[in-house]
Amino acid sequence: MLTFQCPYCGVQADETELHAGGEAHLTRHGPGSSDKDFEAYLFMRQNPKGVHFERWRHVNGCGKWFHAARCTMTLEVFGAYPAQTTEPPKRILDVITSKRPGWTWRELS
Amino acid sequence: MSDPVLPLGGAQYEGLVDVREAGPQGMIALRGDLADERLQEAVTQLTGLPMPGVRGAQVMGESGVLWMSPDELLVLVPYRQAPRARAQLAEALQGQHALVENVSDMRAMFRLRGTQLRDVLAKLAPVDFARDAMPAGELRRTRFAQVAAGVWLVDDTTAQVFCFRSVADYMFKLLCAAADPDAFVGFHAG
Ligand SMILES: [Zn+2]
Repeated sequence: MLTFQCPYCGVQADETELHAGGEAHLTRHGPGSSDKDFEAYLFMRQNPKGVHFERWRHVNGCGKWFHAARCTMTLEVFGAYPAQTTEPPKRILDVITSKRPGWTWRELS
Repeated sequence: MSDPVLPLGGAQYEGLVDVREAGPQGMIALRGDLADERLQEAVTQLTGLPMPGVRGAQVMGESGVLWMSPDELLVLVPYRQAPRARAQLAEALQGQHALVENVSDMRAMFRLRGTQLRDVLAKLAPVDFARDAMPAGELRRTRFAQVAAGVWLVDDTTAQVFCFRSVADYMFKLLCAAADPDAFVGFHAG
């Protein structure tokens, strides 16, 4: 069972209180963008075995969207952080590096 | 003003805990910048209660202030006073990015009483109801079985549970099943 600490209301929220929102830190490419960018925005997703960054919503709770970093293989949680950011905070990256040396995810490492 | 009608007409059940439909309760949804002084003043003056901290439930009788999220409060007032209270809050927050709405008839409320309270609640929600994890005066929004719910403990043997009106019957049946005298657990007691 996955459990994240919601960065907004602070509770330990288990998976059943949450709604999964897919991959985190996507850049939206809308009307006027190139076909390649638009396609990547709509369809191209990471599906890693290991470190992954996702969006989750505390739907049965405070209602807020947040970000989380976890391992898809072991369900180990590296941390959760607020949605108002385009990249993971350093403290989260440091935790991942200490637990999964040499990890990569998109352009992060 | 028409007479308020409780979702279940004041349903009650006696089991491991006493389950009683409460209300009618005046409720005002307030969204805005909770750190704003004008907002805090409007809320505290209206209710006569201090601003709750994160997940706080400041409640006295039929008045209260529940912390729902970083930008939302549920303000409790006596049912008949809700329209006036809404107008008063809206007036105080004029010009601010805020939302004030009278949602008194949107939810159902239940009062649970009894020494087996924490055991009964723990059967229904993915929440640690141990005394130190869930003290009195803390509001927890969660789910009870399959529906969204909010709960706070008034004291060690009294809890207030609320859910949307449309699932009031489901919630009452859940609470009754969890409070069935044949389903004694005895984990949290003592
Ligand atoms: Zn939350």
